[in-house]
Amino acid sequence: MPFNAAVITFPGSNCDRDMAVAIEEICGGTVHRVWHGDAGLPEGLDFIALPGGFSYGDYLRSGAMAARSPVMQAVVEAANRGVAVLGVCNGFQVLTEAGLLPGALMRNAGIRFVCRDVKLKVENANSLFTSGYLPGQTITIPVAHHDGNYFADDVTLDRLEGEGRVAFRYLEPVNGSQRDIAGVLNDKGNVLGMMPHPERMIEPAHGGSDGRKLFESVLRGLNVLA
Amino acid sequence: MKVRVHVSLKNGVLDPQGRAIHHALEGLGFSGVNDVRAGRLIELDVADSVTDEALDEMCRKLLANMVIENYRIEKVAA
Repeated sequence: MPFNAAVITFPGSNCDRDMAVAIEEICGGTVHRVWHGDAGLPEGLDFIALPGGFSYGDYLRSGAMAARSPVMQAVVEAANRGVAVLGVCNGFQVLTEAGLLPGALMRNAGIRFVCRDVKLKVENANSLFTSGYLPGQTITIPVAHHDGNYFADDVTLDRLEGEGRVAFRYLEPVNGSQRDIAGVLNDKGNVLGMMPHPERMIEPAHGGSDGRKLFESVLRGLNVLA
Repeated sequence: MKVRVHVSLKNGVLDPQGRAIHHALEGLGFSGVNDVRAGRLIELDVADSVTDEALDEMCRKLLANMVIENYRIEKVAA
């Protein structure tokens, strides 16, 4: 069965095309472009991506308005059914605001917008999204955000670490995130939120291709399950 | 009915904006400022039929992020 994916576009999303291109190039199949006001999602989706950007101008809190938009009801239902959901940057903020992932993303500790390549450690190489990496592997993926400072209380952080739900960790100071967390998984492992942009690192012309393996992992993982 | 919702960061949550404001106040020569916490004020004009429970739910579902923020509802005399 061909890979069937959707990329959700909110007003103010700006990485939706990059995300769609990455999925098309690496996973093939069909990539539906879904508008935030749509009440439903296409049938039979394998994979939903929430892209980066500044949905609703970051009004109230980053991701807060998008998390309450009509299409997100359908995304939450799909995630609860086990559909794979990836949120990158603003998409990660939307996933926490929607309650699909624990914690919150606050203003960077250094106040400044951070836009550069960063080194990450792959903490969990067994997940649907990360099985193509080696455990503990160092990869380089760019970040571009103002609100990437991951916060959760200590009990939640301990639980995330204990359950292997920290997918990626920064190997350098970036934004003040608790325990240098760059990406987290939900309890079932079918939802990943991360601040770095894997879709911006998929070919040598991007300066590297460390993001490719994330999409390859999803493709392979879903085929195995199918 | 006018309602003010005061949203503030929970104690123990680092407030980078408050810290920057604090730093700027010191830069302007103001001394004696021990700490600064920045929050948000949201003013609502609601029908008198809106219940306290509904206001509370508005805060918990949207106006505040309960992971990091507290809220206080203040009803303002017309």
